[in-house]
Amino acid sequence: MEAAAGGGCGSGPPLLLSEGEQQCYSELFARCAGAAGGGPGSGPPEAARAAPGAATAASGPVADLFRASQLPAETLHQITELCGAKRVGYFGPTQFYIALKLIAAAQSGLPMRIESIKCELPLPRFMMSKTDAEIRFGNMAELHGTKVQIPYLITEKNTFKRMDDEDKQETQSPTMSPLASPPSSPPHYQRVPLSHGYSKLRSSTEQVHPAPYEARQPLVQPEGPSLGGPGAKPLRHQASLIRSFSVERELQDNNSSYPDEPWRITEEQREYYVNQFRSLQPDPSSFISGSVAKNFFTKSKLSIPELSYIWELSDADCDGALSLPEFCAAFHLIVARKNGYPLPEGLPPTLQPEYLQAAFPKPKWECALFDSYSEPVPANQQLRDLNRMEKLSIKDVADFPVPTQDVTGDDKQALKSATDEALPKDMSEDSATPKDSNSLKARPRSRSYSSTSIEEAMKRGEDPPTPPPRPQKTHSRASSLDLNKVFQPSVPASKSGLLPPPPALPPRPCPLQSEQGSEAELHPQLNRAPSQAAESSPTKKDIPYSQPPSKPIRRKFRPENQATENQEPTTAVGGPASVATVKPHPTVQKQSSKQKKAIQTAIRKNKEANAVLARLNSELQQQLKEVHQERIALENQLEQLRPVTVL
Amino acid sequence: MGWILVASAAVILFLQNYPLYIRSVPTENELKFHYMVHTSLDVVDEKISAMGKALVDQRELYLGLLYPTEDYKVYGYVTNSKVKFVMVVDSSNTALRDNEIRSMFRKLHNSYTDVMCNPFYNPGDRIQSRAFDGMVTSMMIQVC
Repeated sequence: MEAAAGGGCGSGPPLLLSEGEQQCYSELFARCAGAAGGGPGSGPPEAARAAPGAATAASGPVADLFRASQLPAETLHQITELCGAKRVGYFGPTQFYIALKLIAAAQSGLPMRIESIKCELPLPRFMMSKTDAEIRFGNMAELHGTKVQIPYLITEKNTFKRMDDEDKQETQSPTMSPLASPPSSPPHYQRVPLSHGYSKLRSSTEQVHPAPYEARQPLVQPEGPSLGGPGAKPLRHQASLIRSFSVERELQDNNSSYPDEPWRITEEQREYYVNQFRSLQPDPSSFISGSVAKNFFTKSKLSIPELSYIWELSDADCDGALSLPEFCAAFHLIVARKNGYPLPEGLPPTLQPEYLQAAFPKPKWECALFDSYSEPVPANQQLRDLNRMEKLSIKDVADFPVPTQDVTGDDKQALKSATDEALPKDMSEDSATPKDSNSLKARPRSRSYSSTSIEEAMKRGEDPPTPPPRPQKTHSRASSLDLNKVFQPSVPASKSGLLPPPPALPPRPCPLQSEQGSEAELHPQLNRAPSQAAESSPTKKDIPYSQPPSKPIRRKFRPENQATENQEPTTAVGGPASVATVKPHPTVQKQSSKQKKAIQTAIRKNKEANAVLARLNSELQQQLKEVHQERIALENQLEQLRPVTVL
Repeated sequence: MGWILVASAAVILFLQNYPLYIRSVPTENELKFHYMVHTSLDVVDEKISAMGKALVDQRELYLGLLYPTEDYKVYGYVTNSKVKFVMVVDSSNTALRDNEIRSMFRKLHNSYTDVMCNPFYNPGDRIQSRAFDGMVTSMMIQVC
C-alpha cells in the first residue's frame, strides 16, 4: 500500500507498508487528524491547504505521538524533516506515515535516513506512562505483528513530562484501539477500556509544558538545513492543540470506569463477532468446530502457543468446539492480544460464556434473523462511520483475510460483489440507515468501526444462503432495517395481544400471547401457508431451527401482515378470532399473490442454501476421509512399533 | 505413547517414548526421575502387550522399590491412544492409597483430553497448556 498515494503529496519516497503497519499508521493518523478538529490555529495556514481527500494530522497530536515514542528530541526533529512535514508545512498522510516509519527505524536503532524505512520494520512503539501501576502491560513491541498502541494524547503528554522527570515507565495504556478487527471505533473503544487508566491519568494530568517545546524549537531551526521550512510552526501550535485535545479526552473519560474494561465486549464488537461466527457457522446456537476455528484464528497471525492459550481460556467446556459466547470470548481475547494486552491468567468474568449469554442474550440473534437484510445495514453503518475516518484505512483490513475461503468460497464471491455494489450505494445511504429503530445500536454505530471490521464484515457477514435464523430471538438490536422498522411500530400493538405476523418469528417478548393469538388469526389470514405458519408459530420459540423453509416466507409475510395488523384493531389474545379474521379477509386475497412470490423467493434461497451446504458437506467428507487415512496410517505405525519391547 | 512422570514429584508425559510433559516438584534429581521413567516404560510396554487385544484400562504400575536406595513408587497409566502417564511418588508418602493414585490419573487423563481438544495443539507437541500445568501443580502439591 502506497502511503504516498494517499497523501496526495508526493514529497516523500514511496512507502511500502505492511498491512499491520498500514493499519496502525492510519489509525494513528486518524487520531491525530481527528484531534485537529477543534484545535485553535491548527497548524499554520498550510494545513488548510491539505490535499483534498486527505486529512491533515494536527501538529499537536502528532508531536505528542512522536514524543511518546521516547526518542530523543533531535531524532524527532530529524524525522520531522525527513518525512517532509517541514517542507510541506503539515502532516499529511504521507508525511505522517513516513514519520512513523522513521520512528520505528529509530527505535530499532537504524540511522535516520529515508532509506531506512524501505526495509521491514517493527511497528513504532509509543510509550505512555501511568500514574499508578494498576495497569501494566508488557511491552507489546515484543510481539511481532501487534499493533502499536494508539497513544492517547493525554497520556503522551504526561509521558513527555514524565520522561523528563521519572524513569521511563514502560506502562501502556490499556486502551488499545482494536486495530485488528473489531468494529469499535477508536474513540469509542478508547472511551470504554481506557476509562480506568484515564481516570488515573486525569488526576495527574497536567498541561503540556510548552517549555520543552520551546527548548526544542531553537534546535529545530538550526537543524532545518536541508528541508528547512515551517516545521517549527507546527510544533509551536502543538501546545495549544494538546491542551484542547486533552480536554477532549478527559470529557470522554468521564463516562465510565470499569476495572476490567479491556475484557468487556462492546456492542459493536459483539455484533462483529456474531457476524464472524455466522460466517463460519450459520447457526448461531451451534458450534464452530475446532479445525474451522483454528483456521480462522490462525489468520490473526498470533503465535500458535498464544492461540492455544486463548482457546484454552475461551473453550470453557473443553469440547473442542466454540459456541457463540465462547467464540466471542476467543475473538475478543485475540483482539486484545493483538492490541497488546497480555493474556489474562483466567477467563475474565466479562468473557465468561454465562456472562456473555446474559449480557447479550437474544439481541444478537435477530441479526441472524434478517441475514439478507441485516448485512447491508452493518455495512452501511460501518461505511458511514468509516468515511468519517481515514479513508485509507479501508484498505487496511488485515488480519482476518476471509477465513471461510474453503467453506464459503462461492458465497464469498457473491458476497464480495454484493458488498462492492453495496459500497457506493451505502455511502449515499448513510443518513438513511435505519439505525433509529434501535437507539441502542445507533449510538455505538456512530462510533465508527475500525477499518478492518468493515471490510471483513462485508466479506464475511454476508451469507445469503444461510438458513433463516431463529425466530424467537428478540429484535431489540434489529440490524435488519426494513423489517425492524416494520416491526417496531407493530411491537406495541402485538404486545397487546395482536400477534406479530404470525408465521413470522415472534421476536417480541410477548411470545406466548402472540403465539396463541397468532394461531387463531393465522388460519384465516394466511391461506397460502397456513399449515406452515400455524405449526411454526407455536413452535417457533421451542424449535427455532426446525422450520427454515417457512422462515423466509414468514419474513415476507410480515410486511403484509403488518399492513394487516395495522388495519385490524388490537384484538385480545384469546379474543374473537373471527372478528379479527373478518377484516383480514379482503386483504388476504391481495396478499396471496405476494405470498406466492415470497414463497418462490424463499424456495430459491433455500436452494442456494442447499447448494452451499452440499458443497460444505462434500468438503467435510473429504476431510474426514483424509483424517481416517491418517488415523489408519498412525495405527499401522503403532502396530509396527508395539511388539518391539525395548530392553 | 506419552508419558507423564509425577514424582514427589515428577511428572513426565511421554509420547512414543519421548516426553510430552515433564514436571517435578523437587526440581533437583530430575535426571534420576527421567531414568526411572525410562526403565519403567519398558515395564509398561510389557504390560500393554500382555494385555493383548483387551481394551486399555486404568492401570497401575506399582514397582515398589525400584531402586533399593531410593524410596520411590512408580505408577503407570496408559490411555486409549497409548499415551503413558508415569507418576513417581515418594514412598515416604505412605498416605497415598491406590484409589488416590487412580483418581490422580483420572484427573490427568481428563486434563490431557482437554489439551487434546484444543485445535491448536498438535499431538506430539510438548504440552504447554496452562490449565494442564495448573492441574498438575495442584495435584502435586496435594501429594507432597
